[in-house]
Parts: sequence; structure tokens; C-alpha cells
Amino acid sequence: MTEATYLNARTTIRSWVLTTDHKRIGILYLVTLIFALVLGGFFAMALRIEHLTPGHTVMTAMTYNRSFTLHGVIMVWIFMIPSIPASFGNFLLPIMVGAKDVAFPRLNLLSYYLFITGTVMVLVSMFVGGIDTGWTFYPPYSSSTPTAIPTALLGVFVIGFSTILTGLNFVVTTHTMRHEGLGWMKLPLFVWAIYATSIIQVLATPVLGMVLLLVVLDNSLHWGFFDPARGGDPVLYQHLFWFYSHPAVYIMILPGMGVVSEVVATFARKNLYSYRAIAYSSFGLAFVGFLTWGHHMFVAGMSTFDAGAFGVLSMLVAIFSAIKVFNWTWTLKGGAVALKTPLLYVFAFLFLFVFGGMTGVAVAAMSLDVHWHDTYFVVAHFHFIMVGGTLTAFLAAIHYWFPKITGRMYSERLGLLSAALVFAGFFVTFFPQFLLGNAGMPRRYYDYPPQFQPLHIVSTAGSWVLATGLLITAIYLGHALFRGHRAGDNPWGSRSFEWRTTSPPPTHNFHATPPFDIDPYDYTQPLPGTDDDPAAEKEAA
Amino acid sequence: MIELFRRLIFLPVGASTVADGVDALHAFVITATMLVSTYVFGAAAWFTVRYRRKSDRQLTRRLSATVRHEASIITLVLGTFLLWWVLGFRQYVEMVQPPRDSDVVYVEAKQWMWKFTYPDGRDTNDVLTVPVGRPIRLAMTSRDVIHSFYVPSFRIKQDVLPGRYTAVWFEATQTGTFPIWCAEYCGVSHSRMRGEVVVLSQADYALWLRSGKGQTAEIDCGRGPGSCGGGDLVAIGRQVALRRACVACHTLDGQRHVGPTWSGLYGSQRTLADGRKVVADDAYLTRSMMEPAADVVAGYAQVMPTYQGSLTAAETGALVELIRSLRDGPVAPAGVALPALEITTAADGGRGP
Repeated sequence: MTEATYLNARTTIRSWVLTTDHKRIGILYLVTLIFALVLGGFFAMALRIEHLTPGHTVMTAMTYNRSFTLHGVIMVWIFMIPSIPASFGNFLLPIMVGAKDVAFPRLNLLSYYLFITGTVMVLVSMFVGGIDTGWTFYPPYSSSTPTAIPTALLGVFVIGFSTILTGLNFVVTTHTMRHEGLGWMKLPLFVWAIYATSIIQVLATPVLGMVLLLVVLDNSLHWGFFDPARGGDPVLYQHLFWFYSHPAVYIMILPGMGVVSEVVATFARKNLYSYRAIAYSSFGLAFVGFLTWGHHMFVAGMSTFDAGAFGVLSMLVAIFSAIKVFNWTWTLKGGAVALKTPLLYVFAFLFLFVFGGMTGVAVAAMSLDVHWHDTYFVVAHFHFIMVGGTLTAFLAAIHYWFPKITGRMYSERLGLLSAALVFAGFFVTFFPQFLLGNAGMPRRYYDYPPQFQPLHIVSTAGSWVLATGLLITAIYLGHALFRGHRAGDNPWGSRSFEWRTTSPPPTHNFHATPPFDIDPYDYTQPLPGTDDDPAAEKEAA
Repeated sequence: MIELFRRLIFLPVGASTVADGVDALHAFVITATMLVSTYVFGAAAWFTVRYRRKSDRQLTRRLSATVRHEASIITLVLGTFLLWWVLGFRQYVEMVQPPRDSDVVYVEAKQWMWKFTYPDGRDTNDVLTVPVGRPIRLAMTSRDVIHSFYVPSFRIKQDVLPGRYTAVWFEATQTGTFPIWCAEYCGVSHSRMRGEVVVLSQADYALWLRSGKGQTAEIDCGRGPGSCGGGDLVAIGRQVALRRACVACHTLDGQRHVGPTWSGLYGSQRTLADGRKVVADDAYLTRSMMEPAADVVAGYAQVMPTYQGSLTAAETGALVELIRSLRDGPVAPAGVALPALEITTAADGGRGP
């Protein structure tokens, strides 16, 4: 096996750090993202340990406040926003549309280095005072706190540019570089999801950049955009912040939904129950998602009419997620379902996403939100969506495309085991937090009344199971990277376009003109010209 | 039934008039969520077993959604969501609109304590004492950053902002002590910013009111002890209005002057110079002091300067309370003095036109 792939074409360090190959840039992102996940996870574990007892356990209140802020900032902007689009989107989108690369390869490399620059700035802020505002940076607290607000916020500002450039690149690539004969309705649904995500990235991120700059001016030069003591309006900040940060939720979850569509079809060996419903609902989420930001502010001081309107619009946006869940589930019907690691992660996704989504609808039922707002209920709700949704989809993607990216296969048995551990650990960590929220425990509380301790202990125990599952995953994937057996080009027998070239792909993605003659979800007849390669699959199991 | 549900999902006691309704909706939503999750996951599990793969080259038939199937699911799900919204919104409207006859307590939040000022002029820190069975409206502002007033047992929460007044109301249905927690992150001791609501029976509350009489003759409204003189908030409001020369432009007896009169102003509908109509509530009055140009009443010139940063929170509250006491005309009604209990508070004699 010495055929030229994107991995062995050139192997110098320079050929990696200055690459314009979308696949290598995707790998660079992936490595950086895993580093961010570990760092953000470290803070999460520390926070959970602190909550084992009320009052002081292992850290001071100030350390606690800085830790939850860094946990949030790292997980949101350095892990989740770029997670699937920047890594798997970069790697797969050009292949899926039959292109040799993205539309602007050098811009793609620039966006990676902007991402690194912003990340370094956020990390530097950790050492020059930290930040203690929470990842939402609400003024006037953020206008007056003496911590390293400018460094961290400008870091996020720079990361924003990286997000915009990546989004722009994907939009242009999807429009202009689709292979001849590849119409929109024949695109893999992952492309639809990444495309809809990119639209949000391009349209919403500038608002975040602007609002963060204003906070930096408030904080360091004592301007008064959001500080009432200087004539500013703190609620205006919240409107602008959530105008970005609510659509950002769909930046985080839509790519995960794209992964789920791919995995479900491949492991059920069946066409999706409704391709159009899944494709269009991505746009529904992207569009209506822009109109619901006010549901973060039901108790912030808003007119009753506005609050009601945001409540209704939030109900409408939820329906698009419901459509997807329904169509994924019914795709299994009449299929040939093989419960392998990626599909097990997708099942975890389905369960957690339904639970997280329905509790999201519950907090949009406005009188309930009054009790739940800013309590652990909300913490549990968004972790069900962000971790239960985005992280499980990210893990599903890693396991599904691992043979595509590396050409090797991991241990299926360990894969299933760790997926089960991740699911169980996650559930035990975050389910008690719904109950804590019901009981009224506010979020971002360093100290808490002693009656909440039992639930906190259960939650902390769950976080250890979750961490164990992720550690096992890291070990067997690390092992498979160097020692895993060869997977073959298409170990899952998928019909989707990225599997119609060698694994790992050559530098220019395809050896010959790629075949885009069939529907990527057509399992009614054998794949023309190839075998479904059952050998590799048996070996893997 | 509702008590069992509360215990099952760790809800605290429901001690306000809105709690039962909110918890009933909660029960409805949670039960439906459980059913839907079970249904989706049950279906996925059943399909996985029933249609398990038999061969790696197995082919499947094309099976696609009918429009009818998709539409019926969408209708069912959206219908349920909208029903929840209708129920939730109705309760929300009830929660944000205090009854007209509510008693008022002024709340000032700061890092990291709650200060409560009662209509009779006294104030307390971190302990809010109220009678059972009376609607209480809290007019709240913050001296520094955003806080959030949260009483889990009452199912109420409202952010408290610097530079403006927000309101929340409740009517306690049982006596007892209920925790107040700050729910908006406000700095290093955020989690220690706790207080409590003490709900007394009406008889005990009357005693409490009497016991406190005369103890707070000197009010500190942010300019040193005694800077606002004594008496109830209305009386303090009068002193502030005199000292800051509000009365140079605004009359208290209904006569038109440079600015609109304060008599009958509170709660009335105002037509603005740009044609908008607004109700003169606490928020409007506060905004008019801080940003006079924002809502100019039709027929008046905009000549008023801003009082942003020059009126303290306590002074602003006292002025609003004074204007509120004039809602039904130049003679202050007994509204601020808890008529249900027939208790008169200090400085009543001083309320002339």
C-alpha cells in the first residue's frame, strides 16, 4: 500500500503548517479542537470537584468564577463553534461536492491562523488575571471588572474573523464548485447542514464582533455604551449579544445534525425518510433561529408583547428540530440496521437531543422560564443540547470518518464500550442538574445551601464516568492511528460521495473523474463498478 | 397530586398565588416530554431490532415519507408547543402585571445585599417582611451591576438593573420564611447574596408595623445619615421635589406649568409629541427623570435636564412614590398605608395639596 495519499504526499513539518490542502487544514483544526476540548474539560472537572461540598472544597470563589468563565469561553468559541464545520466540514465538504479544494485555499489557511491567534489571546488572558464574567460578558459587571477583559474579548473577536472566513469559503465552494451534474437535491445532507451553518456564521458573527469591541471600550477606556452610570444601557448589550449567541446555538448543532443524517443512512443502508424535509429544515433553523434571541431575556426587562412574540417564535424554531428527529428515526424503518459505534453515538444524540430540545421548548413556555431562568435547569438544558448534541455528534463523526481520514480502523468493541460510558456518564452528570434547577439552585454559585449537596455529588460522580469514557476513546483511537489495521476504501459500504474515492484520499481528492451519477442515499441496488467490500467490515467487528 | 409531583421533581413548596398554576403547566410539559422521548427512543430501538442487518451487502427498498405523514406529525407537535405557549403566556402576563391595589416595597440591590424600603420609611437589609394574602409589588433598582431577585417558593424572578426600575409582584399564600437568591451573576460573592422573605399573618404583620414605628425617623437616601429627613417615602419625595426644584416646573395640584402636573399623572395614558401613546408607570417616570428627551409629552417643550447620576436611587424611588400618591388627584389617598389593616403610618398629617 504505497499509493499517494494526502498524508504521505509530503511529510515535512513545513508541508503541514503551510498547507493549503483543505484536508490537512481540517486535521490541524481537529488537533487544536481536541486540545481545546481537553482544556475546557479540565475546567469542567475542577468545577464539578469544587461542588462536592458547599463552600470551599478545592478553590476560592475567585478561582471558581474564573474557571467557569474559561470553561464556557473555551468550550463555546474554541471548541463548539468551530468543532464540526472547521474539522470535518473542511475535510469533507470539497470531496462531497466533487471539488479539489475549497474556493479560497489560502484564505482557509489564514482562517486557521486567525483561530490560533485568538485562541492564544484567550489563553494568555488566563495568566494575566483571568476573566470572571461568565462567557456571556454581561455589562455593567464586565465594564467594571478589573480582570483581563480586553485580552480575552479581543481573542474571541479574532476567532470571530476566522469563523466568518471559514463560513464564506464554504458558501462560495458550495455554490461555485459543485461537480457537473451535482444538483442541490443530490448533495449529501452534511453539505446542506454545513451550508446553512455557514450562512449563520457570515451573518451573525459580525454582530458579536461589534458588541465585544464596545465592551472592550467600556472596560478599558471607560466609554459608556452599556454602563448606566455613564448613560449606557445594559439591556441593549443583552439584545445584541443574544442576536448573535442564539443563532450561534445553531452554528453548534446544525453540523451535528448533518453528521447524524449521514450516519443514520449509512448504518441503516437506506434512503432518508424525507431528504427534502431534513434539507429544508436546516434552513428553517438558520432563518427562524435569528428571530428568537429574546427568549434569553424573559426576566431581563422587556415589554410583555416582545416577550410573547419571542415565545411564539421559539415554538416555531423548535418544530424544525422535531421534523429532523422524526425523519431520522423513521429512516431506520425498513432498513438494514447495524449498531456500530457511530450509530450508537447517534442514538445517544437522539435521546439527549430530544430531551434537551423538549426542555428548550419548556423554557420557552414563558411562565416556566421565570422559575428556571439562570438556574441549573438551564445549565442542564443547554448541556443536553451542546454536549449531548454537539459532542456526541462530534464523536460520531470521529468514529464514522476515522477510516476515511486515516485509512485505519479502531477496535469496535472498545468503541461501543466507551460510547456507552460517555452516554451513561453524561446522563448521570446532567440529569441531576435539572432537579437542582427545579429546586431553585441558581447557576454560577460557588457556595450553595447544604440541601443541594446529594444531587451535586451524583453529578460529580457522573462527570468521572464521562471522563473515563473519553479517556478510553482517546487511548484506542491513538492506538488505531498507528497500529489499527487497514480499513479499506469504504468499510461501511456507504453510498455517499466521500466514500467513492480511496481512504485516505489522494491530495486532489479523486484519482479520476468522480462518479456523481447516483443518489448518495440509494441502497436499492449494488454500487455500480465496485463491491460493497464486506471483508473489511467483518474484520472490524 | 401537585404535592406529590413537587416532591418527585424536587420543586420547593409553592407559597404564592401563581405557584400552583406554574407547577401544573410544569407537570403537563414534563409528562409530555417523557412520553415523546420514550416514543422516539422506543421507535428507534424497535426498528433497530426488527430491521437488524442480515448481510453486509443487503439492499433495501426505497421508503419515503408521505406528505400526509409529515404534515400530521408537524401539526401534532406544533399544536402541542403552541398550546404550551398559550398557557405559559397567560401565566406570564399575570406574573408581570401587579394588581392595582398592591402594596409597594422599594428594593435596592448592591454587591452583595438586598435593601428593602417600606412605605412607612423604614428599611431592612436582606429580610423582606410581608403580610400573607396581600399583593406586594417590589419596585427594584440596583446600585452597581445587574442582580436578579429570585424567590423559588414563589416561582418569581426579575432582573434588577442599575439606572432603571423593574417591578415584580407576588401574593404569599402561606406564612413562613422563604429564601431569596440572587440569580444573575454579580461578582465574587454572588452566591452569598441571599436573603429571605418573612411572611407574617396579617395580625402579626400589624404588630410588626407598630413595633417599627419611630425607629427610622432619619433616612439615608445616599447622601449621608438623615440627608432625606424622616417620614414615609411620600414625605421624603416631597422634600426631594422641593430641594431639587422639581416643583419649579411641575405642580402637585393639577395646574399646567412648564412641565406636566404630577396630579393624576401616575397610571394615566400620555400622548407624546411624536404621536406615541404610553402609560405613565414606574419605568416611564424613571426614564423621564433620566432621559427627559426620550418621551416628551405632546404640547410641552423639552427643557428638562437629565438627572442621571444626580438623583440617588432612594431619591428616585421617593419621587415615584410621591407621584404615585397623587394618582387620584391632589389629595393623597390612603393607598400607601395598607388600608386593609387600618394602620396609619407616619407623616399622614403633612399630606396637603
